[in-house]
Amino acid sequence: MDKTWNNNAWFLVLPVLVLVAFSAIIPLMTVVNYSVQDTFGNNEFFWAGLDWFEDTLHSERFWAALWRNLLFSAIILAIQIPLGIFIALNMPKRGWGVPVCLVLMALPLLIPWNVVGTIWQVFGRVDIGLLGRTLAAMGIDYNYVQDPLDAWITVVVMDVWHWTSLVVLLCYAGLASIPDAYYQAARIDGASRWSVFRFIQLPKMQRVLLIAVLLRFMDSFMIYTEPFVVTGGGPGNETTFLSIDLVKMAIGQFDVGPAAAMSLIYFLIVLLLSWVFYTVMTNYGQGDER
Amino acid sequence: MTDPDMTAGMVTPGAATIAQPRQAAALNRTRSSVRLGWLVPTLYIIFLLLPIYWLINMSFKTNQEITGAFTLWPRDFTLRNYTVIFTDPSWYSGYINSIIYVVMNTVISLLVALPAAYAFSRYRFVGDKHLFFWLLTNRMAPPAVFALPFFQLYSAFGLIDTHLAVALAHCLFNVPLAVWILEGFMSGVPKEVDETAYIDGYSFPLFFVRIFMPLIASGIGVAAFFCFMFSWVELLLARTLTTTDAKPISAIMTRTVSASGLDWGVLAAAGVLTIIPGALVIYFVRNYIAKGFALGRV
Repeated sequence: MDKTWNNNAWFLVLPVLVLVAFSAIIPLMTVVNYSVQDTFGNNEFFWAGLDWFEDTLHSERFWAALWRNLLFSAIILAIQIPLGIFIALNMPKRGWGVPVCLVLMALPLLIPWNVVGTIWQVFGRVDIGLLGRTLAAMGIDYNYVQDPLDAWITVVVMDVWHWTSLVVLLCYAGLASIPDAYYQAARIDGASRWSVFRFIQLPKMQRVLLIAVLLRFMDSFMIYTEPFVVTGGGPGNETTFLSIDLVKMAIGQFDVGPAAAMSLIYFLIVLLLSWVFYTVMTNYGQGDER
Repeated sequence: MTDPDMTAGMVTPGAATIAQPRQAAALNRTRSSVRLGWLVPTLYIIFLLLPIYWLINMSFKTNQEITGAFTLWPRDFTLRNYTVIFTDPSWYSGYINSIIYVVMNTVISLLVALPAAYAFSRYRFVGDKHLFFWLLTNRMAPPAVFALPFFQLYSAFGLIDTHLAVALAHCLFNVPLAVWILEGFMSGVPKEVDETAYIDGYSFPLFFVRIFMPLIASGIGVAAFFCFMFSWVELLLARTLTTTDAKPISAIMTRTVSASGLDWGVLAAAGVLTIIPGALVIYFVRNYIAKGFALGRV
């Protein structure tokens, strides 16, 4: 759509600016402020320069949490995106099945995150949980409290349970926007199912898939509540992701300086990655409109 | 993996006379995919519902049954867990608190996002793209980064433990999201609508409220749904910014878990009650929910 050049539009954006300035810029400046200072309590602060940043970048704990989190995000994307596409392709397209599927699939998305954690914590327990009991009865040695691998599997399955529906709903919306004429043309050309998927459905889903990858990456990269409730970051530090580590440091130990420095590095990583995604997305959109 | 209905609908009489054998093969394939096609979403939904069923199941059991016996449905059916929640103010006030700040947040987010989304969808102005990206980064900001500074900022304004504090904090990610979704829906309305209205002598506010908002009513509904959803499910900020008076239900749950042993039954009942509002809201927006997740841009 052709847009008119009009700088008065700034007035329409002003309320958002004021609000977000209050809830984003001021807190962010506080973080910057803390990240360059040291304190011994009593509200006395000393200039610390870039020490905290150097400490963070040299700390094994930070790198371990970062790699753990990147690995987690990679696993999540590798499972949820293909699975979501597969389920969306098999969803009913019309009839009573559509609203039933949509409502039931969206259900996990609206459960408070700590309740999601509670549900899986209970579900996986060896003494009272359906999953834990069933696995134990099958002779599988499963205990997410003590075994790191089991803890990882539980957290990953929980996230698949929680968020795959988002990918399904997005892909479903993308598929629903393909006109019947495309399928008819493919039919006349005698296209196989695979080529229909590869040359019609996949390109048409590209845009929603980008949104799905973007949202899933970001949210899995800042995951906090669900693994915190289920494993508390343990066993040991095996499931301590960046956010969990950060909250432990900032609110648990009140190490404000290092926590602030880590926050900024963490935020910069997120910012860089979302900039890459955003550029890809907007460029793709412009190519589409021309 | 073509859809069975669609394939059947495409069989035109002309094609039928030309390609008989191929069509028969295609029909066979379609028939097998009918069976498989139903299986995939069904299995997935069973996978989704099993843990939820287990929670509901537990909420109707006594604690002895939960810890003592392994039963697939409540043998000793009881409503005691729900009675505890509905008669104890420290429990049910949590629900009221959650609903108050969620509604406040939804209203604030929509009020500021509507004009901004209109500006982004209709005009180009200095720095518009950068501004849009900056808004997006706020959606991507890890709440953990903001927990501590939020606490200090709101302490300075005396807002700690009020519903307004949580509502404002949740604007951090809900306002950008609302702008994003609304912008997508608004871009779907042709610009000629605006121009015709201005020629007819409508002023901007009048046009916006009388003509434009009804046109994107579904978009507003979807944006409201998403604000509701993300504010309802968030715990970290809500817990950090409240102590007693505005404590959300999800935080009360975590607190009660650690106190004086575990009351599994009440915990399960509280969990079930937090699922209900979400389920109700989904039902109302079920036809738009997919489009909303695509930020109105399908």
